[in-house]
Amino acid sequence: MGLFILRRSAVMILTAICLTFIVFFLTNLYPNLEKLAKTQGNFRMSDEAVTSWLTKNGYLQPLPVKYGQWLGVLPGWVIDADDGVTGRCITGTVSPKVAEQAASYCGIIQGNWGQSTVFKDEVGGIIAARLGRTGALMFWVMLLMVPSALVVGVMAGMNEGSKTDRTLSTFSIITTATPEYVSGVIFIAVFASSAVGLKWFKGTATQAAKNMPDDYGIAWLPDWMVGFWYRVFEAPTLENFLLPVLTIALYGMGYIARMTRASMAEVMTAQYIRTARLKGVKFSNIVMKHALRNALIAPFTVIMLQIPWLLNGVVIVETLFNYKGFGWAMVQAAGNNDIELLLGVSVVSVMVVLATQLISDIGYVYLNPRIRIT
Amino acid sequence: MEPLGTFEIIARVLYQFTSVWLALIILFAVSIAFKRRLGLYGKLFDSPIGMVGFALVMFWIFTGVFGQFDLIVTHDSLSQVSGMKNKVPGTPMPRPEEGEYAWYLLGGDNLARDVFSRVIDGAWVVVQIAPLATLFAFMVGITLGLPAGYFGGRLDTGISFMANLILAFPVILLFYLLVTPEIVLTGVPNFMAAVLFIFPVVFAGVLINSRYHTQPKFRTPLMIVVLGGMLWVYLSLISTNGYLVSNKDYAIPALPEILDLFDVSGGILVVFVSVVFVNSPTVFRIVRGLAMDIKTRDYVAAAQTRGEGAWYIMLWEILPNARGPLIVDFCLRIGYTTILLGTLGFFGLGLPPESPDWGSTINEGRKLLSIYLHPALPPALALLSLVLGLNLLADGLREESLKD
Repeated sequence: MGLFILRRSAVMILTAICLTFIVFFLTNLYPNLEKLAKTQGNFRMSDEAVTSWLTKNGYLQPLPVKYGQWLGVLPGWVIDADDGVTGRCITGTVSPKVAEQAASYCGIIQGNWGQSTVFKDEVGGIIAARLGRTGALMFWVMLLMVPSALVVGVMAGMNEGSKTDRTLSTFSIITTATPEYVSGVIFIAVFASSAVGLKWFKGTATQAAKNMPDDYGIAWLPDWMVGFWYRVFEAPTLENFLLPVLTIALYGMGYIARMTRASMAEVMTAQYIRTARLKGVKFSNIVMKHALRNALIAPFTVIMLQIPWLLNGVVIVETLFNYKGFGWAMVQAAGNNDIELLLGVSVVSVMVVLATQLISDIGYVYLNPRIRIT
Repeated sequence: MEPLGTFEIIARVLYQFTSVWLALIILFAVSIAFKRRLGLYGKLFDSPIGMVGFALVMFWIFTGVFGQFDLIVTHDSLSQVSGMKNKVPGTPMPRPEEGEYAWYLLGGDNLARDVFSRVIDGAWVVVQIAPLATLFAFMVGITLGLPAGYFGGRLDTGISFMANLILAFPVILLFYLLVTPEIVLTGVPNFMAAVLFIFPVVFAGVLINSRYHTQPKFRTPLMIVVLGGMLWVYLSLISTNGYLVSNKDYAIPALPEILDLFDVSGGILVVFVSVVFVNSPTVFRIVRGLAMDIKTRDYVAAAQTRGEGAWYIMLWEILPNARGPLIVDFCLRIGYTTILLGTLGFFGLGLPPESPDWGSTINEGRKLLSIYLHPALPPALALLSLVLGLNLLADGLREESLKD
């Protein structure tokens, strides 16, 4: 088992390196750099001005060198100009003496995620704050999605072909056919529109995000606990949080429910269930005590593998409901070619994807005694 | 003129679809009459769910196609009529010209265009791209997945790693990286098109060769005709104005303009490529799994004992026996591709901003959603019904194919 995890982790790191290199390559193509220079400098820059701006900021070095510097395995660039020294690890223009004090390596390994050009802030800080908000969203999504999907799936699967099964299966097919940007629009139209709707909820979650500041004042609890409590229970209200949560949960739910149904239906045809029935065990007991445990192995993997898909939903929903979280930051970074922020975002999301894959593999082995790894 | 009432709007919308209703009735009447002779397709008409799904899918296909023949649309989907901005459904035109439809059946959007006609034209965008893109993704997935599953080993590890690499990418980030105008300028999507679109040609070549290589007299002419035709289409597809890529730094010539059969407009090509790129790893994984399962069967062992070549076994023994799950997945995947196209439109990527596709229309409509519902809701419901139809169709097919 230890070797398995070790090997998987190695593949994970290799994948992350390959992916970030692809992102690095695509964001560092010359037209993208030119756009960056023009948004940072001014839009009427001549070609020479663009080149000199890019040189001054270290963007025109060879690609592998730049990537090495970002990763932190090569020393950061330093340029001596007339008015002082600039460099990757130096903020602003400083005198040569100060420059000598600065660290020579400053990449992601050293914990330096770089500067965001859109938000004018540290990438690490931005990502941490945004991830906290998205985490609150995901918490409620999972809390709503997983139990209801499992209930729907088990109810449908325990009597295959019955009327309940037909109804619930149709319901799950409808939810899988409704992408977030469709269900979100319908929800806003029905529940939030000021023209004809019910006006029960708000069509934006901006307020919920605003109520989640980055630092919290209570000293006697660990910071992250206060933050977690505050983000998840205090800041969001039913009015501004239900619609986004429902929108994401609904799309993911149908798939998990269908998988649970298939798994449950399969278990219900097994020999030991028939034996239990012939012994005269009550049907509710058969379902709860005999079938459920085995039927929930497959959905566990599905739920874990669903998390990367939820990430897509998060981006759409955060854009639609204007909730300034991780997905929103990703759209901003991608739209403005904010290289360092984009890289940070992709590192985080790739890690999430790979970690959930690893957990689902380990969990599957742990839950299913029939599988042994050699 | 008076604005239309609700019932009148519904009646008029239904009337506009007359040609679609007729086509659907004819199709269903013929199919049900001959269903015993039509194989799996005929069996579809035994399952109510499959029939509903098929009807929904065909409804949008007919709508898309007939919309192009001006049978359904009431106005030009791009023209703006002053005074119709954000008007509610059933508003009469201010000064209708002779022969012009006098109402905006589903109202006007924020640029005073007819919502109804835009939804109909949006169907054509989906009908054009989604099935074809899915087919290409299947070609790529099958051509790579069969050898990976059949041979296993290093080849499998290598291709699987690449597939997992693409799958680990968040789809939207990938779209943003591939579809922005700056990237399009460098020609990255064109190179990807050149690589991805060669797979159907390779597939056809291997398919024919593995079957007929013992009869060179028959094989060689067949190969020349099929591959020649496909290569021509391939080159026409990837080259625009005689070049594969042409920007201010460099240009790579491709097919000369005289021989170029058709031009795919830049936006559509980029969208097409990115959708194929995102879909093919999943298809690859499915085909690989099926190939690993089927290669242990007796008929494969029999073919191996006969001394058949590896590609013959893969393409003529394994692939036909994997068709059931693949057909079902094909339907589901067209639905997923439709969702992806909508996502692209929703983020304003790829297609031109005035394009009538459903995703872009939803994106424009959502900005004023709290005041005006009518521009965003029709395309949203259209997309929902098409994807639902495809999912139901896949469900019906799965059920019927499991019955044998």
